[in-house]
Amino acid sequence: MAFLRAFGAYLPDRVVPNAEFAARLGVEDSWIVQMSGIEERRFAADSETVVDMGVRAAEACLARAGLAAESVGLIVVSSGTGERRFPGPASEIGMRLGISGIPAIDVPVASAGSIFGLTLAHQLASHYGEVLVIAAEKMSSVVWNDNPDKNTAILFGDGAGAALVSSKSGAWEVRATALHSDGSTANDLSLPVDGPLRMNGMVVIRHASQKLPSVIKEVLAAGAVLAADVGAILMHQANQNLMNKVASTVGVAAERLFTNVARYGNTSSASMLIAAAEWQDAGGASERLPIVFAGFGAGFHWGALLAVPALQ
Amino acid sequence: MSEAARILEAVRTVAKQQVNPDPEESLFESGVLDSFALTDLVSALETEFGITVPDSDLNPRKFESLAKIEAYIENHK
Repeated sequence: MAFLRAFGAYLPDRVVPNAEFAARLGVEDSWIVQMSGIEERRFAADSETVVDMGVRAAEACLARAGLAAESVGLIVVSSGTGERRFPGPASEIGMRLGISGIPAIDVPVASAGSIFGLTLAHQLASHYGEVLVIAAEKMSSVVWNDNPDKNTAILFGDGAGAALVSSKSGAWEVRATALHSDGSTANDLSLPVDGPLRMNGMVVIRHASQKLPSVIKEVLAAGAVLAADVGAILMHQANQNLMNKVASTVGVAAERLFTNVARYGNTSSASMLIAAAEWQDAGGASERLPIVFAGFGAGFHWGALLAVPALQ
Repeated sequence: MSEAARILEAVRTVAKQQVNPDPEESLFESGVLDSFALTDLVSALETEFGITVPDSDLNPRKFESLAKIEAYIENHK
């Protein structure tokens, strides 16, 4: 048994509206909004790293939980845009939080990183107690180059999210989880070592629009919760049109879909936890209804997690 | 119902409007379909005609018009 205790987020200060680069890419602001729902995103400063952003999100999450970093037993970090091939950012984030010595695991599975991190934390919490899940991405560093691709450059932003998963207590109890992977489509969404990011958008849309509803239904069935009873869906914020389609297919009312992709774009692995933090801060948790997390990304990897209000 | 009529019905269902495009008219340039609708159309065609469209064929150019859709189905029965 594991509980979700709190969420946190960090977004860089610099706001980049579509209009700032639409002309350079030869596209219209309205086309970007129509295709993705994205109106603006945040870009990190040149000197700002994945570790910097991850630490800020982790600190916000710990503050929200009222927990000292020293109480954390395990760190799980997802990022596909760190500054090095290895080590990943996990151990450095632990050091910056002042908790070197505890295990810190990197989970570099791109956009599904938050859901994989949350699920692993749920499984490992019984051993480690308090597990801090962090997802941080500096996507601007991999999609903006001398010759940016208009179909990918418009989508991404930078940021970090965090969640605290506990074996002891929290507002939500994890009731069901499901993770899946299929490497047959590995090259349809990838970031090669020498870049740039490659995306076969049609294939991504096809698989995401089928696999996300399927895995959400899987956890709802496993947890014996009806779609109509779901209080919020907190999904990887890839594209507003995709999220709308997923919610409709699952049978969850559109107003139960929490989205912020319009303001932050697709922040890859970080997006789901950033959304969770904003949903929490907006008072979403006060409804005490079941919540569903879901993510899909390069690999392809996808998964979902169902949590229900914990007995108090 | 003819094959052409079944294709038109699938397009109308996915587009959620009673469109009546010319056989050679681009369904994408005319705004009948967009990239999200293409994946729905492909699913509908797979079900209606019992074909399998591989990921490698998931390209708007292959399903650009009613005529191209009909040709694709003929070649993949």
